[in-house]
Amino acid sequence: MDPLAAIKVTFFQECEEQLAELEGGLLAMEGGDHDPEIVNAVFRAVHSIKGGAGAFSLEALVRFSHVFETALDLIRSGDIQADQETLKLLLRSADVLADHVRAARDGGVVDEGRSSAMAEALEALASGMGGGGEADTGDGFDDFVFNPVSIDMSDAPAPADDSVAALLASITGGDAGEAEAPAADGAPGQTWHVRFYPQVGLYQKANEAGLLLRELGRLGDVAVRLDASGLPLLQNMNPEDAYLGWSADLTGPGIEEAAIREVFEWVEGDCYLDIVREGAPPPVAQASGVDAVGEVDVMALIRAAQAAEVPAAAAPAAPVRASAESKAPVEPAKAKEAALDAKAQAAAREASPQTIRVDLERVDRLIDLVGELVINQAMLTQRVAECGLQRASSVAMGLDDLEQLTREIQDSVMAIRAQPVKSVFQRFPRLVREIAAMTGKEVRLIMDGEGTEVDKTVIERLSDPLTHMIRNAIDHGLETPDEREAAGKPREGVVRLAALHRSGRIVIEISDDGRGINRPRVKQIAVDKGLISPEANLSDDEIDNLIFMAGFSTAATVSDISGRGVGMDVVRRSIQSLGGRINISSRPGQGSTFTLSLPLTLAVLDGMVVTVAGQTLVAPLTAIIESLQPKACDVRNLGPNAQVIAIRDTHVPLIDIGRSLGYRTVTPPPTEGVALLVEGEGGSRAALMVDAIQGQRQVVIKSLEANYRPVPGIAAATILGDGRVALILDIDAVMVPKPHEGGGPVAAPANGGLDTVGAPTSLAKVG
Amino acid sequence: MTKTILTVDDSRTMRDMLHLALTEAGFRVVQAVDGLDGLEALDAAQADVIITDINMPRLDGFGFIEGVRKNDRHRATPILVLTTESDTTKKQRARDAGATGWIVKPFNPEKLIDAIRRVAA
Repeated sequence: MDPLAAIKVTFFQECEEQLAELEGGLLAMEGGDHDPEIVNAVFRAVHSIKGGAGAFSLEALVRFSHVFETALDLIRSGDIQADQETLKLLLRSADVLADHVRAARDGGVVDEGRSSAMAEALEALASGMGGGGEADTGDGFDDFVFNPVSIDMSDAPAPADDSVAALLASITGGDAGEAEAPAADGAPGQTWHVRFYPQVGLYQKANEAGLLLRELGRLGDVAVRLDASGLPLLQNMNPEDAYLGWSADLTGPGIEEAAIREVFEWVEGDCYLDIVREGAPPPVAQASGVDAVGEVDVMALIRAAQAAEVPAAAAPAAPVRASAESKAPVEPAKAKEAALDAKAQAAAREASPQTIRVDLERVDRLIDLVGELVINQAMLTQRVAECGLQRASSVAMGLDDLEQLTREIQDSVMAIRAQPVKSVFQRFPRLVREIAAMTGKEVRLIMDGEGTEVDKTVIERLSDPLTHMIRNAIDHGLETPDEREAAGKPREGVVRLAALHRSGRIVIEISDDGRGINRPRVKQIAVDKGLISPEANLSDDEIDNLIFMAGFSTAATVSDISGRGVGMDVVRRSIQSLGGRINISSRPGQGSTFTLSLPLTLAVLDGMVVTVAGQTLVAPLTAIIESLQPKACDVRNLGPNAQVIAIRDTHVPLIDIGRSLGYRTVTPPPTEGVALLVEGEGGSRAALMVDAIQGQRQVVIKSLEANYRPVPGIAAATILGDGRVALILDIDAVMVPKPHEGGGPVAAPANGGLDTVGAPTSLAKVG
Repeated sequence: MTKTILTVDDSRTMRDMLHLALTEAGFRVVQAVDGLDGLEALDAAQADVIITDINMPRLDGFGFIEGVRKNDRHRATPILVLTTESDTTKKQRARDAGATGWIVKPFNPEKLIDAIRRVAA
């Protein structure tokens, strides 16, 4: 299908959704709901339909939706009251609109008589309120000119050439040079003199004088002169101000003044524009104070005018005096600011009544500083303890209070950046409608805990994985309505999305009441793809979690699997990169539930502090399944440099991270150390050998990349209470690259596949 | 270098049409579904030009434009609003909010690319 036809299909699908919104909204209004958001939504529904219809030149649909939209606009602005009579009219109009949509889609016909009658009624409604409407609707239906625009994509021009040289070349003539005589060649060209003096507002709206002059050059031959007389001395210059002006002589046949004005239509009001036809008598001044005399006069006049205009001008006074540091945003009129705030508050309905807007950078900085505070406080406590002060001494007790306070400050600061997950959840009802429609299934989405708060850093990265999983739940998890009916289930499937706090983490559950995982099939596919051995003995849970393995899902498996399967390895990786875990539980025929567990924030980490070859490392607690003391009989050698350890009824690679990271060349006997059973991305497992475990701690994450450079095997760094730097392990990197789940021989490369280059062999003390 | 355009529109049809026209002209396109989504996508998108609709749920075009201009990195990013022909009030309001210019709906690809050329080299 050609792309345009595909978009047309999309358009009609969208129309159906908009019609549903429209009807739903009107019914709500009829039922007495006065929420302005509903009126807005109703307006937008018709507005959207009209927009798309215009793009596809569906004339009848455009005409009707325009009349409808006009009436709705007046209702939304409060110029017309929506009483019961009016609402009945609107509901009938919505039906006619739906008829038009379907006629346009299926090539049928609309009841002309009914449509015209409805259109007349809507017009009467709109014009009945007199001339108080907004300017754009005040034109009335008669002024509406329908300009069908054919969308022929083959006309689309090639990508723009963005080289500066090309830009300069396209503006003929130089700056500060003599004017070139317009190329006449006997052609009956008309010459226009254009004077163009941008004001600050023009630049603030990201318009570029050069590009506008280039536009001008498209109308004919143009010679441009720069007037730099307004430039002050460097020390008096404000780089954001407007000092330059240009005069251009434009020559060519048949150039209309309107065409020239059109070039500058966007910047009217933000510049002094003077257009004079050569040979014409001096015009009435078009820009205040401008006469035909000289450019120098113009600049002086502009300066004078600007000085008088300062309070009302868009030019912020701040940049003139501001230091480089201060952020001086464009200042819209106060009324606009209030309108924005009102909108933002309307948009965040659950927000507490008092809110302030804060730059995110300031919040990030604050969180950084609090992190430092926590580290410092821990260091102080440690040093005081080392001094041998009594626990009950006033100093020690004071420090206890300090620790308490610091933790509270940290929690409060983290809470600043916390946002309700609603912002992520909000897009899902629509997504569910779309996918349900596309797959022909009936789905009801239930959302719980939308107010649960999550740190901004986590929330932003949740959207994609959740979208993926919901898509999968509907596409693969839920049966078609007929299948469900045959299975004795209600035709409508349910997808439930819930968020809650549990033991200091965020838990998100996505469940459906569909087929559940087809375990025999999943296991077979894993065997076929060589991900597990045929004899592997896996529990139901382990089979379910096979879908997360890298390489499990390909296009071929998409249609084969009932249950879930598409790209779950990608989803798991996303969740793990957030420091979270994901697992699935499923009941055949009844449905599946995904449970995501995420840290409250990405700035701190729950870690297990260990020592390896005299170095202190931190392993993320989320990756650790258990720790154990290896017994000699459990350890097997596979080769000169590879070992595995038996854990219950499976074997996993045993890795000496002291060697992986280059701290030592000889591995001590495993029985003298501790093994941490860890799980990496894709569910693969390994046992990491460490010398000793020092304890569990919440640590503040410091970026190694930002302060030093990326180091293989190391994710980040932190500063412990005694001031030492401890490196945080990148679990996936220190694990063996090619794991095998559930048995079968494993070949572990000598150093875990890692370069030892770059791993620091001594850790600096931080004073 | 390929230029990136951030398109903000709540209508899927419009997003698709813009995407088609822009990618055929060699641009890279990032999409957002309303003003809030657009502000969230803003930094990651690193757009050279922003095209936005006006009527959108959660945060409309005006609010979005004001939000963009408050972001230091985007004080000078060209913003074009999609508007219907007769919307003179809306055009002015968009400019007051900080918009660079406008594109009239329904648009044809040539006019669209022309408008972009007027704000980006």
